[in-house]
Amino acid sequence: MSTQPISKIEVKNVFKIFGERAGEALQLIREARSKEQVLSQTGCVVGVNDLSLSIGSGEIFVIMGLSGSGKSTLVRHFNRLIDPTSGQILVDGEDILQYDMDALREFRRRKISMVFQSFGLLPHRNVLDNVAYGLKVRGESKQLCQERALQWIETVGLKGYEKKYPHQLSGGMRQRVGLARALAADTDIILMDEAFSALDPLIRAEMQDQLLELQKTLHKTIVFITHDLDEAVRIGNRIAILKDGRLIQVGTPQEILHSPADEYVDRFVQRRAVAV
Amino acid sequence: MFPDNLTFSIADWVNGWVDALVTNYGDVFRHISDTLLWAIVNLEGLLRATPWWLMLGVVAVIAWHATRRILPTLVITGLLFLVGAVGLWDKLMQTLALMLVATLISVLVGIPLGILSARSNRLRAVLMPLLDIMQTMPSFVYLIPVLMLFGLGKVPAIFATVIYAAPPLIRLTDLGIRQVDGEVMEAINAFGANRWQQLFGVQLPLALPSIMAGINQTTMMALSMVVIASMIGARGLGEDVLVGIQTLNVGRGLEAGLAIVILAVVIDRITQAYGRPRHEVSK
Repeated sequence: MSTQPISKIEVKNVFKIFGERAGEALQLIREARSKEQVLSQTGCVVGVNDLSLSIGSGEIFVIMGLSGSGKSTLVRHFNRLIDPTSGQILVDGEDILQYDMDALREFRRRKISMVFQSFGLLPHRNVLDNVAYGLKVRGESKQLCQERALQWIETVGLKGYEKKYPHQLSGGMRQRVGLARALAADTDIILMDEAFSALDPLIRAEMQDQLLELQKTLHKTIVFITHDLDEAVRIGNRIAILKDGRLIQVGTPQEILHSPADEYVDRFVQRRAVAV
Repeated sequence: MFPDNLTFSIADWVNGWVDALVTNYGDVFRHISDTLLWAIVNLEGLLRATPWWLMLGVVAVIAWHATRRILPTLVITGLLFLVGAVGLWDKLMQTLALMLVATLISVLVGIPLGILSARSNRLRAVLMPLLDIMQTMPSFVYLIPVLMLFGLGKVPAIFATVIYAAPPLIRLTDLGIRQVDGEVMEAINAFGANRWQQLFGVQLPLALPSIMAGINQTTMMALSMVVIASMIGARGLGEDVLVGIQTLNVGRGLEAGLAIVILAVVIDRITQAYGRPRHEVSK
């Protein structure tokens, strides 16, 4: 993979401010006040602060940061589960913020899917129906839903569990269902919000391997959120590091490990060095 | 003493308003009343024309379908047989018809209102105090205007019952939908589900235990209104309780009272069994 791929998702100067007085807060943050100052003056919380980045087609792009750094907020901008307070988001060159409800729905059905930290599976549907959900929602035929769902269930290694319900599965199996659901929708982009964070270390490593294995043939654009540098280095083509809603550094795993941009990134890297 | 110059009364104003309503829209209310009456009379006729053994059979099948256990099915059917055995079968059917219609109207009004209230915090803020009023206002207060508009008999009884019995269903529908896991909603949103798919595919099925608890409460409260309903001319088990009071016939009152309790138990067990989720959500 080249280091400068064609950009699939482009984020330009995005701000996200939570609270009643977002306009005022935006003004303050543009005047380079700190997150704490904005909070004390307007009661608004800054989620994402003047963030720009571009994600290439077919790469695994990892967004990393501690909890509260705005990474989960940011990833929800890509399918507009959250709308930015200001800024632009382009997917395939189209400004998705201009989409109306119908266009947005169509976009979510065909172009982008998501895997969630606590799985977000439908508890009243079995594995097969859960995996087929994205297809069913966009109105594919029953037969196609079934065929594709079965195929992906087999790919993620859950053959034989089609008729089980989510509560009958272990955490790792549930996330395989979540992954299969996203893959079955066959979208160009897959967002993974701390998808493996709730799993124990062994299962986690297994899932990481599986994801890398799948990516070899699929070449999806995957945006992967994590708070774990090991995971980021292991699966990421490029890594972006976030702190307080700001982008601190973007680069390949090597760049991050060998030339950390500042003390914050360095601390991540040091911790890892100690652990190794 | 409260000073006279600070007192005021809304009684005249309300009276004038109700009078105007009766004179101007009497026909409309009459029409509604006739339609409703037609429905109740037909349902009642059907229930009473059904042979008792067939009726018991139908109840047994429903009870089996709901509970999937033999003992509760037998107890439920046996209790109803007992009501027939003390000679109250006909009145039981009359009460059942009244209650079914009242519950049906409560469901038709209550579930949509509950869904809307789960969607909008503003509507909820308006609706909740209104429901409090509906539940706490003594029913005789709104029975007066209802009687003026619809006349004596079954129809005002149904209205009074619906006003009293619908609130828990609205509340529990609202609650059930609001309690659907946020991440599940986020997930189906992320896959592009439209409002219809969200509501019927996910929100209502997941809120079902709560909604069934609401229907259960509604039927229970509807039953607690049957005596009051009989005071304004609705026939049924309440009538016997009323006669029991008026003639100091404790035994007759108790028989009818127990029959109401049995009907309540039967309906309660069946609706509760349907409310139990078939697939437990474990965290």
